[in-house]
Amino acid sequence: MLDLVVKDNLALNDQYFLLIVGSDSVLPPMSPGQFVELRVDNSAESFLRRPISINFVDYSANQLWLLIQVVGAGTAKLATLKIGDTINMLLPLGNTFSMPQSKSNKPLLVGGGVGIAPLLFLGSKLKEMGIECDFLLGGRSEQNLLQLNEFSKYGNIYTTTEDGSHGEKGFVTNHSILSKNKYDIIYSCGPTPMMKAVADYAQKNTIECEVSLENTMACGFGACLCCVTDSVDGHVCVCTEGPVFNIKKLKW
Amino acid sequence: MVDLKVKLGRTELKNPVMTASGTFGYGTEYADFMDLSKIGGIVVKGTTLHDRQGNSYPRMAETPSGMLNAVGLQNKGVEYFIHKIYPEIKSFDTALFVNVSGSTIEDYITTAEMLNDLDRIPGIELNISCPNVKEGGMAFGTSCLSASQVVKEVRRVYKKEIMVKLSPNVTDIADIALAVEAEGADSISLINTLLGMAINAEKRIPILSTVTGGLSGPAVKPVALRMVWQVAKAVKVPVVGMGGIMNATDAIEFLLAGASAIQIGTANFIDPTVSVKVVEGIEDYLIRHNYKSVYDIIGALEI
Repeated sequence: MLDLVVKDNLALNDQYFLLIVGSDSVLPPMSPGQFVELRVDNSAESFLRRPISINFVDYSANQLWLLIQVVGAGTAKLATLKIGDTINMLLPLGNTFSMPQSKSNKPLLVGGGVGIAPLLFLGSKLKEMGIECDFLLGGRSEQNLLQLNEFSKYGNIYTTTEDGSHGEKGFVTNHSILSKNKYDIIYSCGPTPMMKAVADYAQKNTIECEVSLENTMACGFGACLCCVTDSVDGHVCVCTEGPVFNIKKLKW
Repeated sequence: MVDLKVKLGRTELKNPVMTASGTFGYGTEYADFMDLSKIGGIVVKGTTLHDRQGNSYPRMAETPSGMLNAVGLQNKGVEYFIHKIYPEIKSFDTALFVNVSGSTIEDYITTAEMLNDLDRIPGIELNISCPNVKEGGMAFGTSCLSASQVVKEVRRVYKKEIMVKLSPNVTDIADIALAVEAEGADSISLINTLLGMAINAEKRIPILSTVTGGLSGPAVKPVALRMVWQVAKAVKVPVVGMGGIMNATDAIEFLLAGASAIQIGTANFIDPTVSVKVVEGIEDYLIRHNYKSVYDIIGALEI
């Protein structure tokens, strides 16, 4: 449990903001796929902590990035945090994406909406390992496609929007890149229907696939047993057994 | 120096702060956050005779100043507890109680019997109040007859402390308390969660897979305090109070209402170190008011 200091809080548009926090002491080691539990204020309308996936860790600046969508009272309050405010976090929580077996592996990172958040950190780690990846990012419209400049530092970007305002029109699983390129592993995070469609594609094409789930949780560290998903091993906690699961483990 | 020790039936606790079943796992989940030896006791996750997968997701809804859960006693069964969990937790320097639940009286009896021989488990918390399982659980705790039957049968086989956890979903909780006391309960803990419900209006669906679930958190605290006060007045055995305790002041209110010890539940999710802070806060309070022992404030409410 750490008290971190807000270094910046950038509104990306009216729905999304990037919260950047830092500390005087060195941040603990974190890996792509892991998340934090933010303590909002325990007020009546935002009583529990909010689980947020790690968007990026800037080790040179000792700063942690959190990409957050305003969906309710808790995230709305987080959006108003000012530079210099402190915020209490449990971190890092959960497991991580597994890195490719070989540097010659070609990964595809598929994200939708705010689910793109952990893929930036993953892309940066892959690049550090010398692996160039492709990003396939989807959103309802252009304003749901975020951080494209950041993503472009770590790989090629392909996009889809449902209204055709950016990239190909339609869903990520309809993108032409899927029929052109051959991938060895797919990592995905986003709305469940999207991840299920991605998992279906991966399974049909016998491609390894990991997805990151976003089940609602109360604690984030395996005590409340509220965030379970149905797996081949029965009900397992998304917070401790996940949030990243190989699709073979899930009963989808 | 103030004396924080309290006696709970046959068991002495180093201080009156325990953690509530279902909110603290087996203690191991919290060992990275805090020193478990600082608290009076841990009531481990609800344990049943057989493995239970619990209810389907979604199992949780955040509500004003609280949460609803419908976990449904997910656990791997008492055999697993004895062989896999107990060896890992038996060295914890705090009183370890096992919360026992069942679908039939026979389930309760067999499970309790199997726990008899665990040296480091001084007692069980008999859960006759889980609102989230279809068969059993709360069904036993909502009538004086069935509540006393379970306690009577378990008392016959279980030699150590029996703490009976009561359901608040009853008309007169003092009647139930008297009934279980008469059958040999060593102590009484309350309240389990209040039956509640949450709805997603946009989608016109219930939020929980089970439709209804158990409400906990500060939202239930006034109800819990009232029930603890009523039960403490009615029975002679020690009462363990819980329901929405978030800090030391909340805990002290329960002690004043007549509880000999308290349990912290939902607050553990928000601050995993809260139980240690509550111990420190109670000690500070006693020093500030020149009390020598926690017994000076148990039931000391001036009316």
